[in-house]
Amino acid sequence: MSDSLYFDDFHPGQTFDLGSYTVSRDDIVDFAAEFDPQPFHLDEHAGNQSLLGGLAASGWHTAALTMRLLCDGLLSRSHSQGSPGITELAWKRPVHPGDIIAATAEVLAIRPLKSKPDLGLVTIAIRVHNQTGALVMSEESPILFLKRTAGA
Amino acid sequence: MTAFFEDVSIGDRLDLGSYTFSAAEIKRFARKFDPQAFHLSEEAAAKTHFKRLCASGWHTGAVYMKLFIARRQADERAATEAGQDVARQGPSPGFEDLKWLKPVYAGDTVAFSNVVTGKRALKSRPEWGLIFAENHGINQHGDTVFSFKSKVLVERRPASPGLRA
Repeated sequence: MSDSLYFDDFHPGQTFDLGSYTVSRDDIVDFAAEFDPQPFHLDEHAGNQSLLGGLAASGWHTAALTMRLLCDGLLSRSHSQGSPGITELAWKRPVHPGDIIAATAEVLAIRPLKSKPDLGLVTIAIRVHNQTGALVMSEESPILFLKRTAGA
Repeated sequence: MTAFFEDVSIGDRLDLGSYTFSAAEIKRFARKFDPQAFHLSEEAAAKTHFKRLCASGWHTGAVYMKLFIARRQADERAATEAGQDVARQGPSPGFEDLKWLKPVYAGDTVAFSNVVTGKRALKSRPEWGLIFAENHGINQHGDTVFSFKSKVLVERRPASPGLRA
């Protein structure tokens, strides 16, 4: 018997703790150097001069780290088949070196797919908080999962 | 991409250039941020509905940002050399309607673009305005693989240099 989650195992209101990650200065600068080399993601002085109030992670980095938490905390023990997109994403506060980001997921809705009878769509809201309890990012996204009948 | 808020017009279009996603880079990004089977190995991807190794959607998003910033920094250098003022851009409060319409497979080349769709002055931050844009990524077959609606803060033109404290 497998405890790996199928579409059939999700229901609205269900929540998942996705764990946490401590974001290092090297993490922030490495990601920014490759994908988002704006001064306030690379350098403390430029960060202090910016609206971010200090060296801060690229928003795309925060989103990618949240994806990792979602993988480790939920998708790795599921029959996930990818996602068609992100309904909305809000960057609420900067992520600075040493911040600990923790994510939770809540199931908002479930819907079987007519076009792909072996798949269903689970819409989840993800909220990311820092070590002070402040919300740093939120997003809403549909994710595809195999149905148990198809996987059996 | 160096214009002040006042000088940005709806319909302004930027071609951000293109990027070829190699299998090695797809796997490297996925190992770090999105370790799902269809992003990690050709063999595992073949058993899923994707059929072939494809990039994490967040990898596609990060590459969009890479090309957007490269274009902006090139425009900034050109404007500075020409003696023109360069408007600062601030952080983004977020985005909407991000769609991964088709997989980005290993070896695919995606061309990205940005078109301004709206602008709004901010009462809370009088030095800044919000620019709305639609962004697209199109692969070498002409298929749109990626799109989203972005928002970014752009500096307003100072009313008069003499009035700046």
